Amino acid sequence: MSAVIKAAGTAASRPLRHVRMSGVDLEVWSQGSGRDLLILHAGDGPAHDAPYLDALSKRYRVIMPSHPGFGGSSLPEFMNSVDDLAYFYLDFIESQGLRDYVLAGFSFGAWIACEIAIRSKAGLAGLILVDALGAKFEGPRKREILDLFSYPQYEQARLIYHEAERQEPDYRGWDDDALTRLARNHASFALFAWSPTLHCPKLKHRLHRITVPTHILWGAEDRVVPPDYGRRFAAAIPDSTFKLIDGAGHYPQVERAAEFVREVEAFTASLPGAAQKTIAR
Amino acid sequence: MRCWYFSEQSYYPAWDQIPGNPKIVPPANLVQPEVAHRLLQQYLRECQFADELGMDIMVNEHHGTYTCMAVSCMLTLSALAACTKKARLLALGIPIVNRMDPFRIAEEIAYVDNLCGGRLDVGLIKGTPFEMYISNQNPASSAARYWEVWDLVQAALTHQDGPFSWESENFNYRYVNVIPRCYQQPHPPMWLTTASTRTAPEAAKRDCVLAITALARVARESFPIYRKTYLEIHKRPAPLDRFAYLANVAVAADEATARERANKLLKFAETSERIEQRYLNPPGALMPADNVRFLRARSTVNHRERTRPDGTPMSNPPTAEDQRANDVLFWGTPDQVFEQIRSFYESVGGFGNLLVQMGGTMTHGELRDGITLFAKRVMPRLRELTGDKVAA
Repeated sequence: MSAVIKAAGTAASRPLRHVRMSGVDLEVWSQGSGRDLLILHAGDGPAHDAPYLDALSKRYRVIMPSHPGFGGSSLPEFMNSVDDLAYFYLDFIESQGLRDYVLAGFSFGAWIACEIAIRSKAGLAGLILVDALGAKFEGPRKREILDLFSYPQYEQARLIYHEAERQEPDYRGWDDDALTRLARNHASFALFAWSPTLHCPKLKHRLHRITVPTHILWGAEDRVVPPDYGRRFAAAIPDSTFKLIDGAGHYPQVERAAEFVREVEAFTASLPGAAQKTIAR
Repeated sequence: MRCWYFSEQSYYPAWDQIPGNPKIVPPANLVQPEVAHRLLQQYLRECQFADELGMDIMVNEHHGTYTCMAVSCMLTLSALAACTKKARLLALGIPIVNRMDPFRIAEEIAYVDNLCGGRLDVGLIKGTPFEMYISNQNPASSAARYWEVWDLVQAALTHQDGPFSWESENFNYRYVNVIPRCYQQPHPPMWLTTASTRTAPEAAKRDCVLAITALARVARESFPIYRKTYLEIHKRPAPLDRFAYLANVAVAADEATARERANKLLKFAETSERIEQRYLNPPGALMPADNVRFLRARSTVNHRERTRPDGTPMSNPPTAEDQRANDVLFWGTPDQVFEQIRSFYESVGGFGNLLVQMGGTMTHGELRDGITLFAKRVMPRLRELTGDKVAA
């Protein structure tokens, strides 16, 4: 495993390509066949070697871009807001010709996914939000989202994961390129989400515009955004369902990968056109 | 050489009551208002005293910390403008990355410059990273914002024939129009600080004073870069007054007393370093190489040297001897202090400004004595050292 590949959490054989569009040299990981499943990664960057990706790519054409400023994607100077990312991804969706696709986002990626779905449901069959950030439901004195930026990057895992063995990653074996990429992810995360802290005050007033079927998954042990916060999201999105995943923190797709994959499969199977899509591929 | 008296205006009586981190999170109720009042008045009197003895004066600001009660350079300088007579007054500086309103910065500069009759020098600095947690300004875009604020403040002070507008991603103004304009035309001498060598070329291009704060290695590396760039851009050698170094100074009539004062002064740095690591490095504030090191070590460290110049590890916390070896703290009798400064001066190719930090837990009496000894027995010799030299 080379340094750069390790930085992106990518096995050497995996299909990474670059797409030049809207001023960004975009790194895109894509694998499998079936219904298009566009995945938006969390604020710590893409992890291409995650077991859930392997499992999903047996049933779907999984597409996971590295957000501008993350992984191997460039960052144009003008981009500094989640709005910018949402509009960029609308360009991407259009340029890739995605139809009847399912959009899934984790944490920060779920926030971006909401911003996309609010703006356009063209081609969008369903939305999966996993431990989303981005909305503020309470008043100014109540912090609803843990301020990840008040902790060093090397302590993020302690806040994100429920399982103790995941909480202290050892970076000593990583080379400089790998760690530089990881550090850049964290800086870009802050660029987009530093203030207001990990949210947009407007989002809660716009969530009603998400009218596609939406499945909200939440780690029962999430300490970044606890389950009650997730239930507020579900209440604000009209056609949504909410499911807790036991034994998981902020990243249930990592800590309970099999259950996460089952939930994705059950949800997508319930969407109109699911059968035809699978056959067509 | 100009010598600028400086103290952090700390609330040191609470240092021992705060169990850990003295910044961002300690409760404010450890401040006794009558003690804060007494200390702030005392700090102003010490500046007045330095003025009377021919020193110039530097002030700074920090936020949410027991190590510095001054929350605005310009507030302190307004008071000093009214109660000092000759001293030049240096703000070092205004943390422009953390300030939301550059127009207000320009207005305050012009106001104070008029109030003090053109005795103002102004440093526009990045500020300490931990304070981005207080200002909430984005650390990941701070570098770009920094130079934009520089440009905007300078434009606001220089442009005097009616308003102009400024419309950018970061700042939007319909009418930028600073009234009164500055006493010094078009504006006071401008300074900046840096803890790395990267800023030196830009400082030289902008013809502003490059100040290095208690990092001798950075001074040794940055000053030559500045000189080289300055010569290339301006086609003349950089004047000595474009270079400044901030050092801690503890001076007394005898060495034993000076050591006591040095130890009291070091209490400031020791307290300051009690800040929790998690606030030292907001994401995007430091360079990738720093973050790589922190990730690997699972630890965040500040810029302070960990060894003496010869590689010998320093004590933790560093002793007065350690910091003297590193040219961070000059201490001893006036003769000893002069010799230490002279030696350092020569090692960096000279500088025209020495920023003389005193304070820590020193008493008012100790500070008056230290200021007197420095102003009367060290400063004249430093002026002789630079003499008529204006260029390095």
